[in-house]
Amino acid sequence: MTINTLAKGGCHREQMACFRKMEKVIVAMQDPDMGMKMRNQRLLITVIPHAMTGHDIITWLTHKYRISEEEALHLGNMLVKYGYIYPLKEPRCLVLRPDESPYRFQTPYFWTSTRWPASELDYAIYLAKKNIRKQGELMEYEKERYSLLHKRINHTWDFVVMQAREQLRASKQRRKADRIVLECQEQAYWLINRPPPGVNNVLDTGLERPNNFSCRVTLNSDYYKREIEACRKALGRNRVKSSICLEGFLKYSEQYLNHDPIMQGCLPSNPWISDDTAHWTMNAEIVPVPTRLRVERWSFSFMELLNDAMGRKEFMTYLEKEFSAENLYFWQACEDIRHGENSKIVEKVEDVYKNFLAPGAARWVNIDSKTMDKTLEGIKRPHRFVMDDAQMHIYFLMKKDSYPRYLKSDLYKNMLAKAIVPQETKKSVFPFMRRQRHSSPSPAQTATQAAEEEGLAKGAGANSAAGSHF
Amino acid sequence: MCDQTFMAATFGPCDSCSKPSPLMNIYIKNEATNYCSLCVEMMACQGLQKGETLESLKRESETLKKKLEEERNKLNDVELHQVAEKVEVLSALSIKTRRVLKGHGNKVLCMDWCKDKRRMVSSSQDGKVIVWDAFTLNKEHGVPLPCTWVLACAYAPSGCAIACGGLDNKCSVIPLSLDKNENLAAKKKSVAMHTNYVSGCSFTNSDMQLLTSSGDGTCALWDVESGQLLQSFHGHTADVLSLDLAPSETGNTFVSGGCDMKANVWDMRSGQNIQSFESHESDINCVKYYPSGDAFASASDDATCRFYDLRADREVAVYQKDSIIFGASTCDFSLSGRLLFAGYNDYTINVWDVLKGTRATILFGHENRVSRVRVSPDGTALGSASWDSTLRVWA
Repeated sequence: MTINTLAKGGCHREQMACFRKMEKVIVAMQDPDMGMKMRNQRLLITVIPHAMTGHDIITWLTHKYRISEEEALHLGNMLVKYGYIYPLKEPRCLVLRPDESPYRFQTPYFWTSTRWPASELDYAIYLAKKNIRKQGELMEYEKERYSLLHKRINHTWDFVVMQAREQLRASKQRRKADRIVLECQEQAYWLINRPPPGVNNVLDTGLERPNNFSCRVTLNSDYYKREIEACRKALGRNRVKSSICLEGFLKYSEQYLNHDPIMQGCLPSNPWISDDTAHWTMNAEIVPVPTRLRVERWSFSFMELLNDAMGRKEFMTYLEKEFSAENLYFWQACEDIRHGENSKIVEKVEDVYKNFLAPGAARWVNIDSKTMDKTLEGIKRPHRFVMDDAQMHIYFLMKKDSYPRYLKSDLYKNMLAKAIVPQETKKSVFPFMRRQRHSSPSPAQTATQAAEEEGLAKGAGANSAAGSHF
Repeated sequence: MCDQTFMAATFGPCDSCSKPSPLMNIYIKNEATNYCSLCVEMMACQGLQKGETLESLKRESETLKKKLEEERNKLNDVELHQVAEKVEVLSALSIKTRRVLKGHGNKVLCMDWCKDKRRMVSSSQDGKVIVWDAFTLNKEHGVPLPCTWVLACAYAPSGCAIACGGLDNKCSVIPLSLDKNENLAAKKKSVAMHTNYVSGCSFTNSDMQLLTSSGDGTCALWDVESGQLLQSFHGHTADVLSLDLAPSETGNTFVSGGCDMKANVWDMRSGQNIQSFESHESDINCVKYYPSGDAFASASDDATCRFYDLRADREVAVYQKDSIIFGASTCDFSLSGRLLFAGYNDYTINVWDVLKGTRATILFGHENRVSRVRVSPDGTALGSASWDSTLRVWA
């Protein structure tokens, strides 16, 4: 069972932050010196002052933020979607048009952030006003909501109607231009706070997140003592100079630049762009001849070599020649313990001991005596990480010794020389003909098949063994 | 005594005083318990030594944090963009939508790639989890879950199973069978159990272990086969929204980010919080390691993405722009780590030059918030999931 603890004012923090930022933009747009040039716009027979065109908005945003027109259009669109700017022509369509369409700034009274969340009562009064002002002015969905509200807040309905009448009376005393403006502003506000069906609700923030420092993890003396302890430990930690660390990132990105398809493209072509899966076929897990980029990557780091199935196989072959293959087998077995099922740990640890650590073991690994003693002690009470020290020792042994020699070996050099560099696929002669996109077997399918084949083989073996009894 | 209002979903006897009252679900020394509000207040003051008050401890903690910042700055002899001046400027990127995956009925909340570089799994607000071959646009599996808001989904390394979880407070593993007649939902196995929604999940190096993050403020490591909790990670003071495993040689750490604006690095063996970064100004929605494992990036509601160096132990870059107003909900690196793709709540994906700190390009296309971006395993494409109920593949 879960409990939500909402601290005071914790609602919609993210949304409020965005509103504040948008409001800053709006205020900058209305700055008398650096802001937008406004003019009067004609709407039928009335003249609306302080309006601007869509085109002006985009130009201003492009200059102010030094962004492209496309991005300015997108940003401006957001301002319209959130109700800070509303259109005068086609007021129900909250979209920024990059042409001479007139727009106006929403008055702060009707900013979503000012009166949030919009109340049911206010919505009822708004709909009532519309209903009274002109019969049949309510849209279908508004009629439905009106009757729903009527049922829900029936007890205050007199108040609703009274308010609506009062507001209508007050508005009659305004100039026609002002009245139209106010109606437009109010309509824009409600289009956002109660969007029509089928329109995205921009105010939808998804799941509620309780505010930080909620009581779920109570900030008691224990907590602060732990924080203090963590700070003290952090103060004592070894740090590396920035210049050294940052050079590291430069080197890494440079080394991998040619391997980054999004930046440099890939050969023969990017399957997603050309619909040709040759790139994937050539780089499948096991291929007769690997690509040059792939073999090069094995020289970047020991981890790269081990992470590639083919690389690992090649390395194993090399180690067999050097009579130190037991190291890699040991490392693999330890990985299997660390990442395998809980239930199999004891059994696996025993196997590892028998095969690699016991005196006279078939694949005895050479670990220093201190680590060996610690490991043997730990095996008495086997757990997931009991092999960690030994595994680390062997890993670094391979990394510092066997790996560099492998890279200098003929085995590796030949592989590199043999490796293929695919030809870039020339663009199709008939570009409008899309290639057929071939499907591939699901990994789940290949795994099931492999398991089945293994099962059959085992069965056959068992049968023949049983057969040989007689 | 208690001046906070809270909604209590349980009412019952308090674990401390046994009086029936509205209960608050809290953690004491990593154990979940239910206390009434009076007992919570009393417990907060326990363990104080003579002359200590909560205030004095808080002040001491804050002083130490300031000192830590000073220490971190001592070794800060150069900024990233300065070092990056000698790097070539990026050539213009031409990234377009190459696939649009339609099929979800509601907001798509999460997606993950399969190791085969073309399949992906996605989950949505309507409780549906779909496995696609994104290359052919085929839907291969569709699993309806009984809960809505499936916030997290992940593909197993073998490609034979998926994990998903969300508002049901659980994370379940579903083996992918190819028998069209099999009801996948029936084979669903609950692995993780949290006391609040599951916000993120990830398999470790194998199909056998699952790491989850939750709205209950904790992360946890589970054994898939038995559902046993192997390790839990306490330290966040609010919802944990995201986690990522380190691509390191020893494979023992992961980073998490949450609503307490902190990004924490954890040791999976001991459960200890080994490093902590607190520089964002709002919720951290997503954390992702740099491909070398020496750094990570975070995306936050404060409309910035930040880059943290683990060896220097500090924030080294902030990716922000005046015109970017809406929060960033997700981020991922390109294969070389030179580009950072970040999805925002204003429906766009901004692509940042990680080293120079500038914005390389902006991708338009989605019609609602971008909830997740992930680069494919071989780096050939970017997958994105959005509240407009579609997924897109960009290349």
